[in-house]
Amino acid sequence: MNRIYMDNAATTAVSPAVVEKMLPYFTECYGNASSIHSTGRDARKALEEARRRVAAVLNCSPNEIYFTSGGSESDNWALKGAAFANRKKGKHIITSAVEHHAILHTCEYLEKQGCEITYIPVDADGLVNPADVEAAIRPDTILISIMAANNEIGTIEPIEEIAAIAHAHGVLFHTDAVQAIGAIPVDVQKIGCDMLSLSAHKFHGPKGVGVLYIRKGVRLENFMHGGAQERGRRAATENVPGIVGLAEAITLATENLEEKNARIAALRDQLIDGLTALPYVRLNGHRTKRLPGNCNISVQFIEGEALLLRLDLAGIAASSGSACTSGSLDPSHVLLAIGLPHAIAHGSLRLSLSDTNTQEDVDYVLNTLPGIIETLRSMSPLYQDFMEEQK
Amino acid sequence: MYSEKVMDHFSNPRNVGEIENADGVGTVGNAKCGDIMRMFLKVENGIITDVKFKTFGCGAAIATSSMATEMVKGKTLKEALQLTNAAVAEALDGLPPVKMHCSLLAEEAVKAAVEDYMKKHPDAVI
Repeated sequence: MNRIYMDNAATTAVSPAVVEKMLPYFTECYGNASSIHSTGRDARKALEEARRRVAAVLNCSPNEIYFTSGGSESDNWALKGAAFANRKKGKHIITSAVEHHAILHTCEYLEKQGCEITYIPVDADGLVNPADVEAAIRPDTILISIMAANNEIGTIEPIEEIAAIAHAHGVLFHTDAVQAIGAIPVDVQKIGCDMLSLSAHKFHGPKGVGVLYIRKGVRLENFMHGGAQERGRRAATENVPGIVGLAEAITLATENLEEKNARIAALRDQLIDGLTALPYVRLNGHRTKRLPGNCNISVQFIEGEALLLRLDLAGIAASSGSACTSGSLDPSHVLLAIGLPHAIAHGSLRLSLSDTNTQEDVDYVLNTLPGIIETLRSMSPLYQDFMEEQK
Repeated sequence: MYSEKVMDHFSNPRNVGEIENADGVGTVGNAKCGDIMRMFLKVENGIITDVKFKTFGCGAAIATSSMATEMVKGKTLKEALQLTNAAVAEALDGLPPVKMHCSLLAEEAVKAAVEDYMKKHPDAVI
């Protein structure tokens, strides 16, 4: 069976060019980058070259790039590191209600450590209002963390404006840009962020490697203790193959960004237009301030996991924000934050594209999904009740 | 995560639909939690001669509904009332722990439909 992958917001295929770059660092240039001998020095050279390449993409100094194990570690380090380093200054952190769990659950942990967190609500499109952020700033606010783009509904947040507000009040600004790399331009000078998290596997790089950008002069407590790697700020033997892969992937992902994303956005728009034309299907997230590959819909009267299983049987890989897929009794916090009732949030479906998707993929989904929706609705007591009310 | 039997009953659910002028109808669950099951019974001389269901819910919810209908079809009302969620789950070769509540819902849906029948037929003996 033809398999169509439309879950690129969860993870992406590593591109062959990236794999090729990584391979020598497993078997030939396998040294420990901290070793003094030539095998180690070769690994060190690759590491620093990768750092330069990432810095060039993000428009910062290589000394401001810190390699981590991925987006979650970068988010944890940014928040805990800033909270612990600024204990004397204050204990208040501002974030949004729609952040990734790597931010929200870290905030919950910090609350137990005595921090106070303000969760800024979002509007019906998932947008954070910068004025709300400004109004929440207190004399003891130490950090504002707002994501660059939402992983579920694809809404792109006004982070440049929020960064400017943070700095006007002398507050640090961090952004989780895990979904943004390769989708929208990410320039740390233009954004004005003090910290930025990213993860390689979201843009055709390997899993288990990411970056925390830390602007020069920003004080953070260390998160990972041990050796003196990453200029003494992040212990652990560097994952050289992963880091080399990340550097190659971020370079490829940000080349011809506009041209590539115009094609992906056109496919996305066909999905959005085709699916929202079906009865009782709504789009979640902002229509235009939106990641080029994100299509998130709610299909009324059916449940998301059932939809995913049926799609999987038809060869389509997607994801949902239903309770059954979130591992809790509640549907996704993002869908609830944009004001969806539980029943409609349970019926959400996210199709996320990358440059590996084709017109044929989109056609197949548009041809297959309506039948699946019809089948599941024909089994749904909610639909039965609704149709009887309509009579 | 699901057994082959669960996937079979999910992909080809048995007895899906509704019975017009059913003798007993039971609806359990709520949309907030993401699961609603509705069972329709046709009863003759204390025996469930036909049963259909409609379910809003996940794969396990649909599969347990389907299996529960198979397990009570042709049975007496008394036997239907003895259906347990553990028996439904076992008949499906097990459910993931987080999905056990679906089998409970299936048991409750059958019971709610039988109770509805009893209410409408107070003279019926089981």
